Amino acid sequence: MTTTLSQPGEAELHSSPSHGHEEHPDFRMFGLTTFLVADGMTFAGFFAAYLTFRAVNPLPPGSNYELELLLPTINTVLLVVSSFTFHRAGRECRADRLRASRGWLLVTALLGAAFLAGQMVEYFSLPFGLTDNLFASTFYALTGFHGLHVTLGVICIAIVTLQTRAGGVITAKSHFGLEAAELYWHFVDGIWVVLYGLLYLL
Amino acid sequence: MKIRNAVTLALASTGLIGTGWWIGYNVNLLPEVASSNASVYDDLFKVLFSIGAALFLGIAIILIYSLVRFRRPAADFGDGLPVEGNLPLEIVWTAIPAVVVLFVGIYSYDIYERMGGMVTLHDHSSMAMSSSAMSSTAMTPPQQGEPRYWGGISPASDPGASPALPVDVTAMQFAFIFHYPEGNITSGELHVPVGQPVELRMEARDVIHAFWVPQFRLKQDVIPGQPTLLSFTPTKPGTYPIVCAELCGPYHGGMRSSVVVQEPEAFQAWVDQNRQPSTTA
Amino acid sequence: MTIAAPKPDIVSVSLQPKGWLRYFSFSADHKVIGLQYIVCGFLFYLIGGVLAGAIRSELATPLSDFMPRDTYNEVLTLHGTIMIFLWIVPVVNGGFGNYLVPFYVGARDMAFPRLNAVAFWMIPPAGILLISSYFLAGAAAQSGWTAYPPLSLTTPAAGQVVWILSVLLLGGSSIFGAINFIATILKLRRPGLKMMQLPMYCWAMLGTSILVVLSTPVLAGVLIMLSFDIVAHTGFFNPSLGGNVVVYQHLFWFYSHPAVYIMVLPAFGLVSEILPVHARKPLFGYTTMVYSIMAIVFLGLIVWAHHMFTSGTPPWMRLFFTIATAFIAVPTGIKFFNWLATLWGGRIALNSAVLFSCAFILHFVFGGITGVSLAQVPFDIHVHDTYYVVGHFHYIVYGGTVFVIFASLYHWYPKFTGRMLNEDLGRLHFLLTFVGFNLCFLPQHWLGLNGMPRRVAEYDPAFTLLNQVSSVGALLMAISTFPLLANVVITALRGQVAGDNPWNALTPEWLTSSPPPVENWKGEAPLVTEPYGYGHNSTRITA
Ligand code: HEA
Ligand code: HEA
Ligand code: CUA
Ligand SMILES: [Cu+2]
Repeated sequence: MTTTLSQPGEAELHSSPSHGHEEHPDFRMFGLTTFLVADGMTFAGFFAAYLTFRAVNPLPPGSNYELELLLPTINTVLLVVSSFTFHRAGRECRADRLRASRGWLLVTALLGAAFLAGQMVEYFSLPFGLTDNLFASTFYALTGFHGLHVTLGVICIAIVTLQTRAGGVITAKSHFGLEAAELYWHFVDGIWVVLYGLLYLL
Repeated sequence: MKIRNAVTLALASTGLIGTGWWIGYNVNLLPEVASSNASVYDDLFKVLFSIGAALFLGIAIILIYSLVRFRRPAADFGDGLPVEGNLPLEIVWTAIPAVVVLFVGIYSYDIYERMGGMVTLHDHSSMAMSSSAMSSTAMTPPQQGEPRYWGGISPASDPGASPALPVDVTAMQFAFIFHYPEGNITSGELHVPVGQPVELRMEARDVIHAFWVPQFRLKQDVIPGQPTLLSFTPTKPGTYPIVCAELCGPYHGGMRSSVVVQEPEAFQAWVDQNRQPSTTA
Repeated sequence: MTIAAPKPDIVSVSLQPKGWLRYFSFSADHKVIGLQYIVCGFLFYLIGGVLAGAIRSELATPLSDFMPRDTYNEVLTLHGTIMIFLWIVPVVNGGFGNYLVPFYVGARDMAFPRLNAVAFWMIPPAGILLISSYFLAGAAAQSGWTAYPPLSLTTPAAGQVVWILSVLLLGGSSIFGAINFIATILKLRRPGLKMMQLPMYCWAMLGTSILVVLSTPVLAGVLIMLSFDIVAHTGFFNPSLGGNVVVYQHLFWFYSHPAVYIMVLPAFGLVSEILPVHARKPLFGYTTMVYSIMAIVFLGLIVWAHHMFTSGTPPWMRLFFTIATAFIAVPTGIKFFNWLATLWGGRIALNSAVLFSCAFILHFVFGGITGVSLAQVPFDIHVHDTYYVVGHFHYIVYGGTVFVIFASLYHWYPKFTGRMLNEDLGRLHFLLTFVGFNLCFLPQHWLGLNGMPRRVAEYDPAFTLLNQVSSVGALLMAISTFPLLANVVITALRGQVAGDNPWNALTPEWLTSSPPPVENWKGEAPLVTEPYGYGHNSTRITA
């Protein structure tokens, strides 16, 4: 039985490609998830390097691993909260309350921006520069790489917010952009929590 | 019929193992043996070579036989037997390699142990102490900042062995420099007495290099910022090449020196005639 | 099943240019992209081969007399980088993968056709960038394809940075490709087609793609850190700034060991497609084949430090990595014995495709056995960074993967073009390559054992003879390329017409015209549940 046909297959193949995505909303999300796994491995590499350095390479005398905790902690709270606000935005959107959704998106974007601002403040208040010692370099590499992700996220949120305007791309039915941005945002958020634990608390 | 197959199979495999064994023990691909672990190494090599030869020949024979035996005459489009698999068979050829690699792994671990590869470097620092205690400056407290060794091969810690001769090795583009703490001798050529363990404490100035003496079957990277150790006992007087084995720049290929293994008295003579007044007093 | 099968988000293919022009376009057709990968990769192979020719010419004499020493280091760095990142990886993954996988899962294209085109079009610029570094940046990278710091920090910076950039591009391209394959194989299967009914090549590509997704990003990360050290003078891997050079090696090999399975698993898959067709027998032990692929993927991720046995790693680590590495022989062995069993009792057509496939088995078993010897710490301490290693991996990457690429060319060329390749030229090509290859790389094991380090432009005159034998072998390999080129060109113009299914094969790509139409099948996609159902007369197709 090599070239037999199964009926569902046939039926499916005649359906026009135009409404392709609606049939499987999870489809591109799957691709995005795989990509985020890869992206996560990049961070994993950085974390591994950081931990190894820390375990085997003594810092030059005078320098230490201690960091100011207040600002980063506030930042952590901001980012975690922003995850919830984004989640809320998604709920509103699916419930076809686009205005509300847009509102929550704005809040999320602002929280993200606030985080970046806080990051900048911290950078300028730090006693060490990029090339001072191994810890300094690793610190800036990790936070910088993550900051890049946040920046990208804020931009995406801004775009999505625009798309939710009346007659926009995003509707209660089709909202891939919003879902994708949300997943990405949760990912960036999760990475930060790990990073916070490793860099600041450890 | 079945019996005949079993018998031929048994004969074939014994013949194969025999051939592999013969090849492994009679085809010599290695340079001469000049250190105590080189002979140990060659034992391992013979075993690996025998196993490898038997396996490779076996597979090659089966492959070529089936290509000849089951070749299809042109313009024949008949199919072969629809055999989808055979679990017992597959279990057999999962088990055989598993056993082989397990055996090889354990055996080479034993070899590595005998080479001193498994001596943890914590043990080592005590060794370093004792060896420095043997030196002229006895009864001195261990010199502070005894460098931390990141890896390498330490002298197998058997009590009977005579104390190791310490030599500090510095590698740089594109040369090795050998410094003997005892006698404060600096040389571009490594002189060692036959029969006495030698302990090289190696560090690089610029990039990674590697210290390799093929006749000793020993190699160790020489790393900037991460001192490493290499211990061996030369067993055969002669002059052997020291080769830098890690790409270290344009003249990597030219970064060679030699190790001179001498009778103890000849070595002592060399030490006496090159001894420098200790600057670190 | 109720849920309708997903459709690729395909840009209406009718918009694509027609005829040969489309091979130079941003086409989203998986067949076009597949061939783009293969041809582009082959061009880079020629360049990498010319570089190899330069290497062998330099080594024909003990003195460094053919080219300046630093040029030699540039050449071997470019050779390694081009052959791995621009020839093997793109061709066995992107090339055959894009062409075959959609057929095998009964789809009309890949899951993300546009992403697919993007992934391919990242490659030519990256390659040109890499090669141009030799001319523009003044000096190309000189620190080997492994780019170990601190050497890579001290060699001319421009070339090293360009090298990093192009490798990052190529890595990104293969990550996008892998995401596409995973989505296509898991999500885009034709309704009614079960995973365990897929042709083996799909499993190989699934395993490979998992490796790419998990390991390539780590390479990206470590290369970014390296570029920081070069450009911003951070000290990650710079001992004089308190950095740690061995951490680089760990992160690099965490990618680059899996990379070797990224170079060979797809080849395993292709062989599993070729042998049953020409032996007229089902693939032996399908299920164990699948499990062994997954075992190789898992083990492949936890053996990287076997490249670092002399780097001063702690003893327990060496021990663990020795055992783990050696055990890869078990799942790999299963595959080889299964192939032998597939041939056994078959009706084997001894054509070029089969000759190259069987030579692959011979060479890979040889290279694998030397690999297992390298996995033993005490053994490796002597031969690490010698020609023994060079011999080992050329037996596997060339004798293995490249031979499989050639076999696949003879097997699928009729499908690609609708015309058969000439058998006589094919056998000539095989003979020259086979002899030349073994002449070139067999002596290198002996050289390594006797004390010839790798990456040297000059060597002990005692090794002259064997090096010259090796260089002659390389020359033969170069010559062997011309029958192939001639064969491809001639038969493309006026070769014997192939018909839809010249091999009388059962896998789906043969159940359509050659070359296949856009969207692969005129009518519905066939449901092939027994891709290896040879021998049961019910499943015989009469073309
Ligand atoms: C496609 C590429 C490829 C593949 C598949 C492999 C496969 C293997 N490789 Fe190889 N390797 C390379 C490419 C590859 N390698 C490259 C490029 C380098 C050099 C990198 C550099 O430094 O530039 C390298 C270097 C390298 C080293 C480091 C050497 C050194 O620098 O000191 C080691 C050490 O363990 C090693 C081991 C192995 C092993 C155990 C396998 C195993 O997967 C092999 C398993 C297969 C078999 C064993 C054969 C089939 C099995 C049977 C028939 C069953 C019976 C067999 C036995 C019981 C033994 N390889
Ligand atoms: C992955 C695939 C791959 C392939 C296919 C090859 C193919 C070949 N390699 Fe490769 N090689 C590597 C991967 C590969 N290599 C790697 C990773 C290294 C390590 C680099 C490093 O140390 O950093 C290496 C290193 C390496 C060395 C060691 C250099 C050194 O350490 O000093 C040598 C030496 O003999 C060598 C030789 C060859 C030869 C002769 C071929 C031959 O098989 C090539 C045959 C092909 C040709 C000869 C081309 C034919 C075409 C023509 C000649 C036609 C004329 C041209 C036009 C029409 C445009 N290679
Ligand atoms: Cu020093 Cu190579
Ligand atoms: Cu490896």
